[in-house]
Amino acid sequence: MALPSYASPVQKTYYYLYLFFCGVVFFFLVAPLIAIVPISFSVSPFMVFTDGMLAWPPDPEAWSFRWYRNMIGDCSADVVSSTVPCSNKWMIGTVNSFFIGIIATVIATALGTLAALGLSRPHMPFKGLIMAVLISPMIVPLIITAAGMFFFYARINLVYTFTGVILAHVALATPFVVITVTATLVGFDMNMVKAAQSLGARPVKTFFRVIMPLILPGIISGALFAFITSFDEVVIVMFMASLDQLTIPKQMWAGIRQEISPVILCMATCLVALSIFLLTTVELLRRRSERLRGIKPR
Amino acid sequence: MEVIISTTQLLTTDGIPLKQSLKKAERKNKIRAFLLVFPLLLFIFVTFVMPIGDMLLRSVDDAQINTVFPKTFEEFNKWDREKDKLPPEVVYRTLFEELATGEKIQIGRALTRMNYSKSGWKSLIKKTSREIKKMTRKGMVPESYKETLIEINKDWGDPTFWYSMSQMVNKQTPIYYWNAIDRTYDQDQNVIMQDEKRRIYVQTWFKTLKVSVYVTFFCLILGFPVAHLLANLPLRYSNLLMIFVLLPFWTSLLVRTTAWIVMLQQKGVINGVLVWLGVLSDDGRLQMVYNETGTLIAMTQILLPFMILPLYSVMKVIPKSHMRAAQNLGAKPALAFWKVYLPQTIPGMSAGGLLVFVLAIGYFITPELVGGKDGKLIGSWIAFHLKTTLNWGLCAALGAILLAVMLVFYWLYNKIVGIDNIKLG
Repeated sequence: MALPSYASPVQKTYYYLYLFFCGVVFFFLVAPLIAIVPISFSVSPFMVFTDGMLAWPPDPEAWSFRWYRNMIGDCSADVVSSTVPCSNKWMIGTVNSFFIGIIATVIATALGTLAALGLSRPHMPFKGLIMAVLISPMIVPLIITAAGMFFFYARINLVYTFTGVILAHVALATPFVVITVTATLVGFDMNMVKAAQSLGARPVKTFFRVIMPLILPGIISGALFAFITSFDEVVIVMFMASLDQLTIPKQMWAGIRQEISPVILCMATCLVALSIFLLTTVELLRRRSERLRGIKPR
Repeated sequence: MEVIISTTQLLTTDGIPLKQSLKKAERKNKIRAFLLVFPLLLFIFVTFVMPIGDMLLRSVDDAQINTVFPKTFEEFNKWDREKDKLPPEVVYRTLFEELATGEKIQIGRALTRMNYSKSGWKSLIKKTSREIKKMTRKGMVPESYKETLIEINKDWGDPTFWYSMSQMVNKQTPIYYWNAIDRTYDQDQNVIMQDEKRRIYVQTWFKTLKVSVYVTFFCLILGFPVAHLLANLPLRYSNLLMIFVLLPFWTSLLVRTTAWIVMLQQKGVINGVLVWLGVLSDDGRLQMVYNETGTLIAMTQILLPFMILPLYSVMKVIPKSHMRAAQNLGAKPALAFWKVYLPQTIPGMSAGGLLVFVLAIGYFITPELVGGKDGKLIGSWIAFHLKTTLNWGLCAALGAILLAVMLVFYWLYNKIVGIDNIKLG
């Protein structure tokens, strides 16, 4: 949107003010995420920009991989500091996070895709009501979900177990799969299903050979959403997981609460990198999906 | 060849009326569609809906104490308060017996419940239990249970303790809901305000609302121009700028919260820059985190994408010719914007506003970490009662009220936007 050539000086001023304001908002959105990256490479055990880091020419003494080594459980003498504990908790957390996240993603994707297929059929009864129920885990505040699940899972001895955490995460993640896959199925040509079936394919074969290749981008995006939901989830984990189910968010929460250390920022930097990767993947998949379905970019 | 046209009924080749056959096929299709959804529906029902229902039941549940003192409560209900100042002998006797035979853990749980109604119950019963245990060990059977109990502790002669018992005799109780809005019962079962120093929830509810309204407002102010810019730029620029909106959306909540602590703390980036610029003196650094300011700033940034994305999708489809037409007809740009453009963005504003508001009202992690003491919202209290005080009734009641507020807005959202119109990314 460019300014027309006949714009008056007042209009020009407003226009540049508007652009400036938008610039400030964009800065506000990403600056905090960018600011933590350099600090994670600091030598200092505090989460601040030290004088050495800001000095010109750059002072190599002020920068290090110290806290990254701490994060991966390397507790050699030049890494440890009196104020920053060193343990392999971050690595245990990473393993657990991936374990819970991957299993939850697989279950959520399978259930969510099936449901989305059903919801997209023209004959689906009570569509609105069912959709509202299926989406509700995404809408209800996490703290309420956590309280309810804690009470209920305690009755059936599922708190402080992997099973309990995974079940909870699946419930939280399925709405994302349902929404993404349903969106992909909009404009899906149902005649192709009919064609496949008239050529003798059974429903299962039709799904795997005809429907799935076409909606795969949507399924993968949904799975990635599901994964990040589980991977970032902290409230449920806080109440329903014991130390055995320590995950990255749980360890970060404990870290921010008790021992503010640059190690948290190292993990945060890794997570920002992960989110950039996921964001790019989803965006590329979305475009591919639109191409496959013949929707032109607006 | 003869062509038969039946005017009454069309038949399929099997001889079944076509209408019936079609109905059957449609029903089959309906069942098939439903069967696809069924596994997830069942799963969500068991893992999510039932827990929420369980929580709602728990918020009014008062059954546990009734299993500990069933006979006492039965006799207690027969006590005529007009006639006798204290309950009759039989109440004292059943209580004595039930304390002597009751399981220690069960009694312990009941005591916690009794203390919610009147503080002092816990120590009173604990002391009494000890004495009763001693007496039964010796094989002593009191002549008058009433006098013996009053002898053990004179509080047993205090009618206010007995009055408070009438709050517990029902298996359901609204007391947690009253507690959740700073009310309690007096001795005559009237609802009264809590003591001055125990009034925390009404104030917290209002603070939660206030913070949510502020955050929604800030998100609207900041999000509107950005969404407008994104919607009107050529696609290749807007796609690039969209990353700035989507990156925070995809980044872990904890990472963003940590990032704000790094930015806002006393030795943090913002204070550092301001001191370096000479705006602030070194000891005049601003306190921006661990208070309400921090909560507002961090929550606004975290929820801003939820405002920008719905606004963007609405603005994207508003034809650009509308503004030009209005200006052609003589409207100044400001008037054209106000009269023509803005009304068309209302669906986007309401969608984004409701979404941000609903998310903000249930927020817990960010206020808890950057809010400090006075930035705590209602979510923090729910967590506190769930994990620390174990007053699960109150926890459930607070959650139920929050849920009710949420559902109202959820319903509104559904009316205005439609649940199936939610889009991601």
